[in-house]
Amino acid sequence: MKNKSLVSINDYSKEDYLEILNLAEEFEKNPVQDILRGYVIATLFFEPSTRTRLSFESAVNKLGGRIIGFTDAGTSSVQKGESLKDTILTVANYSDLIVMRHPIEGSARFASEISPVPIVNAGDGANQHPTQCLLDLYSIRKTQGKLENLNIAMVGDLKYGRTVHSLLMAMSEFNPTFNFISPEELKMPDSYKHILKEKGIKYYEHTNLGDALPYADIIYMTRVQKERFSDPIEYEKVKNAYILRNSMLENTKENMRVLHPLPRVNEINIDVDTNPKAYYFEQALNGVYTRQAIITKILGIK
Amino acid sequence: MKDKTLSVSAIKEGTVIDHIPAEQLFVVISILKLHTLETQITFGTNLQSRKLGKKAIIKIEGKFFDPVEINRIALVAPQAKLNIIHDYTVTEKRVVEVPDTIVGIARCMNPKCITNHEQVTTRFHVIDKKKVELKCHYCEKITDRKHLEII
Repeated sequence: MKNKSLVSINDYSKEDYLEILNLAEEFEKNPVQDILRGYVIATLFFEPSTRTRLSFESAVNKLGGRIIGFTDAGTSSVQKGESLKDTILTVANYSDLIVMRHPIEGSARFASEISPVPIVNAGDGANQHPTQCLLDLYSIRKTQGKLENLNIAMVGDLKYGRTVHSLLMAMSEFNPTFNFISPEELKMPDSYKHILKEKGIKYYEHTNLGDALPYADIIYMTRVQKERFSDPIEYEKVKNAYILRNSMLENTKENMRVLHPLPRVNEINIDVDTNPKAYYFEQALNGVYTRQAIITKILGIK
Repeated sequence: MKDKTLSVSAIKEGTVIDHIPAEQLFVVISILKLHTLETQITFGTNLQSRKLGKKAIIKIEGKFFDPVEINRIALVAPQAKLNIIHDYTVTEKRVVEVPDTIVGIARCMNPKCITNHEQVTTRFHVIDKKKVELKCHYCEKITDRKHLEII
């Protein structure tokens, strides 16, 4: 992993995931260290973000490193028509590692091929968001004590949701059972179901939110994303389709936890927030430790 | 086998590419950059073919192709056959094979792919050679035969 960009969850092997998770665990015990002193990390966010950007920045700041970058392409020369290539080559002069989020798919892969410093993909359009996947794995392992043989319910936008696609790929290394709960229009694409079939992994599809919840170890909620829809009317039809309420959690397992990559709109009702099984805010905190692990691994410090 | 409706002089040293779908003739010429060659080239099109309906044929004097070069046409002419000619005789017959990686020939059908926004040469991993399914190296989306566009 040293000096190699992290663009797609498929860039890492199962052993790599476990190395990162173990290192993240160490950082959780000791998140403030001076090991990034003298390092400059660039965060280039061409698209909005709260959690990802701030958790990367917190991760670096706690380890004594410094952040440069932009949070909006409008404040950079991209506004003047500068290409992504030139932007990356320029910023690489000023930093040791670049974290980037960009609306165009494949942008991070391209950047990793031209950049002299490693690239960490913080989200390229609807394609990949590997650090989210790793923090999701960390959260699952932390709450369940293991990654193997779990029952994972994925709810909401399974067609366009990059987080569920990446999580599916990563978890498929650990012999899970999947329950997919979504409206017809947003079903898990065939290409992923095909991969599960080939790996002999069981999955079940439901349209009714209540159906699979009692069996789940993890309920992974997702937002139906307005920005991924080309047709706004289509979005209006499905946006309220699957709302999780506290009453629905009555017959769920003791160890079950509700995860959500956030931001949420209304798909998790706020009455769930006080339920001890609601884990989504702690999940976001795990992002700091996971990203500390990723950055220090790539920079060869750990 | 001589086609009676095609009267073209035989070539002495070179390559004949047969069984090109007629509508792909100029795409093949473009992919192989035949317009940059200086030796004699003859081609015929809309010839009858049992296999393809209408086929095209290209005879290129003085040019031999290595497999990497010629396999670039496999996307548009998967059934193309090569006859290698030495001293007016066919010394070897070859078929084209869809390669594992396609560089710079096809367009990614995802409008939100970086290759359609910046100057990036397209690159695909062929995940199904029969169905011609190309997975974009950059955006990871699959372009299928229906949406295949040669640039």
